[in-house]
Amino acid sequence: MSNETEKSVITEVLACIDGSRYSSAVCDYAAWFSLSLSAPLTLLHNLEHSENAASSDLSGAIGLGSREALLEELTSIEAQRNKLLIEQGKLMLDAAKARVVAAGIAAPTLKQRHDGLTESLIAMENDIRLLVLGVRGEEHAQDAHHLGGHLEASIRALHRPILVVNCDFKEPKKIMLAYDGSEASGKALELLVNSQRFTHLPVHLVTVGESPSTASALQDSATQKLQSAGHTVIAATLEGEPSKTLHSYQDDHDIDLTLMGAFSHTRLREWVLGSMTVKMLLSSSRPLLLLR
Amino acid sequence: MLLSSTRRDWLGNVRGDSLAGIVVALALIPEAIAFSIIAGVDPKVGLYASFCIAVLTSILGGRPGMISAATGAMALLMVTLVKDHGLQYLLAATMLTGVLQIIAGYLKLGELMRFVSRSVVTGFVNALAILIFLAQLPELTDVSWHTYAVTAAGLAIIYLFPLINKTLPSPLLAILALTAASTYLGLDIRTVGDLGALPDTLPIFLWPDVPLTLDTLKIVFPYAAGLAVVGLLESLMTATIIDDLTDTPSDKSRECKAQGIANIGAGLLGGMAGCAMIGQSVINIKSGGRGRLSTLVAGTVLLLMVVFFEEQVSMIPMGVLVSVMIMVSIGTFNWGSIRDLKTYPLSSNLVMLTTVIVVVWTHNLAYGVLAGVLLAALFFANRVGRFMYVVSERNEAEDRRSYKVVGQVFFASAEKMLAAFDFKEAVSKVVIDLNRAHFWDITAVSALDKAVIKFRREGAEIEVRGLNEASETIIDRFGVHDKPEEIDKVLGEH
Repeated sequence: MSNETEKSVITEVLACIDGSRYSSAVCDYAAWFSLSLSAPLTLLHNLEHSENAASSDLSGAIGLGSREALLEELTSIEAQRNKLLIEQGKLMLDAAKARVVAAGIAAPTLKQRHDGLTESLIAMENDIRLLVLGVRGEEHAQDAHHLGGHLEASIRALHRPILVVNCDFKEPKKIMLAYDGSEASGKALELLVNSQRFTHLPVHLVTVGESPSTASALQDSATQKLQSAGHTVIAATLEGEPSKTLHSYQDDHDIDLTLMGAFSHTRLREWVLGSMTVKMLLSSSRPLLLLR
Repeated sequence: MLLSSTRRDWLGNVRGDSLAGIVVALALIPEAIAFSIIAGVDPKVGLYASFCIAVLTSILGGRPGMISAATGAMALLMVTLVKDHGLQYLLAATMLTGVLQIIAGYLKLGELMRFVSRSVVTGFVNALAILIFLAQLPELTDVSWHTYAVTAAGLAIIYLFPLINKTLPSPLLAILALTAASTYLGLDIRTVGDLGALPDTLPIFLWPDVPLTLDTLKIVFPYAAGLAVVGLLESLMTATIIDDLTDTPSDKSRECKAQGIANIGAGLLGGMAGCAMIGQSVINIKSGGRGRLSTLVAGTVLLLMVVFFEEQVSMIPMGVLVSVMIMVSIGTFNWGSIRDLKTYPLSSNLVMLTTVIVVVWTHNLAYGVLAGVLLAALFFANRVGRFMYVVSERNEAEDRRSYKVVGQVFFASAEKMLAAFDFKEAVSKVVIDLNRAHFWDITAVSALDKAVIKFRREGAEIEVRGLNEASETIIDRFGVHDKPEEIDKVLGEH
């Protein structure tokens, strides 16, 4: 991580705020990571354009200048709606700003953008060092069995580390690294090895569902790397269905932050077996830091 | 790519989409019947086509919320094919149209739309409206006064009823009321049933019954090419209109491919070629339709209505259909363009009017667009050609004449540059300074050659300055020069 900062331009921790119940936790985690990575913090509020028609006239008749009149009408209705949304978003951003300033961030940047969240994030991808967002947004606030509307699409579209927040803020004390030797989980390992901030934290290195010989080989090399970077390593090899096993390990050992690779299998396999990442996102009760 | 769609595309606006889809379906039925009559085929050909095209484009299309079905613009192109060779050849042409449109989609020919100027688009839309209106005239000539009465009553209901109530589609009301009235009064007027077969079953999969020979291809290809071009033009223009109305983007190449697949499907189900419809798409948006669901509902409801109410549909008097089509024609026409005639530059107006006149003359929208685009290009070349002048300066002491060429030199302005040189003046030295000129083509270079030779013949010693820099703009490949700083280097003062 440290050598990456040297060669790249300033990249930021980006926190997505939408006024849902995870927004304040998103602010807290973003602030914590912004300080840890000493990267500037940007707060983003995205203005979703509603698919619902602003007006409807079921008369089905079109006459002189109907098209011009319709454009005029739709424009004025949407202008009013968007003005309200912008105003509302500003209030949210101000509240979020106050919160992160209190947490010690000197000058967070505030941004508002139109368009779908995923599209906005893709447009900003190059500036993102770490993306922080809630597991569910305002649209699905009540619905505990679904992920947020944008989450999966955003994770798939972006190739940046993403922290998915699903509980109130608690300063990370114990970290779990779900390691299966894949490229994405290798990146997660690297992040731990390279980041100064994490050195004093114990790391639970967990491998699930691999054959004993592969598992021990994987664990040995990873443990070595982590130890040489100064981490205390608690290694564990577990059997069972990965997402369930990892989840119960999280609970048993009171893990507050899980690092894992995301969506590293082919779409076909995910389609047949279900995506392990999606299952983890649904079952985990503590934040996940996903690497692509 | 073709199948990708988000949950929002389909389920983002279920209530609005369903209601709008039903409104559109009710307006599509008279249109599909009317366009079948224009093409000279049974109403079921247009109705099956409308069903198939609407359903396929709802799933595959690049512009959610746009309505595609059997259209007047396409129907007008197939009249002679149907008359000379029959329905089966039309089905074959429809499938070939689809193949050509898919190829156009993969070649990204939709991007060529940027050469179609605003005035041409306006002309296209107006011409389309006029054609739809003109196509109604045969139904209004040599008929009893009953038909006129029915048409007038239809128009009155369509336009006046929305003033009282906006929750019921007024075209549907006009059709219901006037069909009931004419049946009750036993009026002797033509009805939809008199014009040919209506669909009595769900569509059946059939390969067109034509010999697969080169002769067939020779017959079918010219029609298919015209249909493909017109279909894509109208679809892409409609997509742009919907983009503007809904303030959302669309995928034009995907729309081209979807139109192609929809037409192949239509051909296989015994339907005629179709494309996006401006009037219906506007009705859809106005009724609150935004997502893919609206188009799917429109296509499905259309077919179910026609199959299950076949008997009632066949009793609809033609006069009511005419009034619905007049409404579509009025709604399609861009009335603002008449008002703008006073304020727009003459060249734009000429482009628009030329497009309209050529289309109405040839009944082929492709020719009109071609004429409009060519005329617009000529006007543009002429205008840019004016951005060129030559200043000259005489140096008595050294017996030297210096010409300084400033601006754009190309086929439209090369003559003007030549005319600015005074070959009859006897001087011993001539300098042509091109440091502020841009040579765009070979015409410009050869004009300069000509000038140099002429001056040499007259006995002057000639020097050309800055030619290399000036001719840097003669590049067909724009690869290296597509960065702003590179463009500045070429176009800035050398």
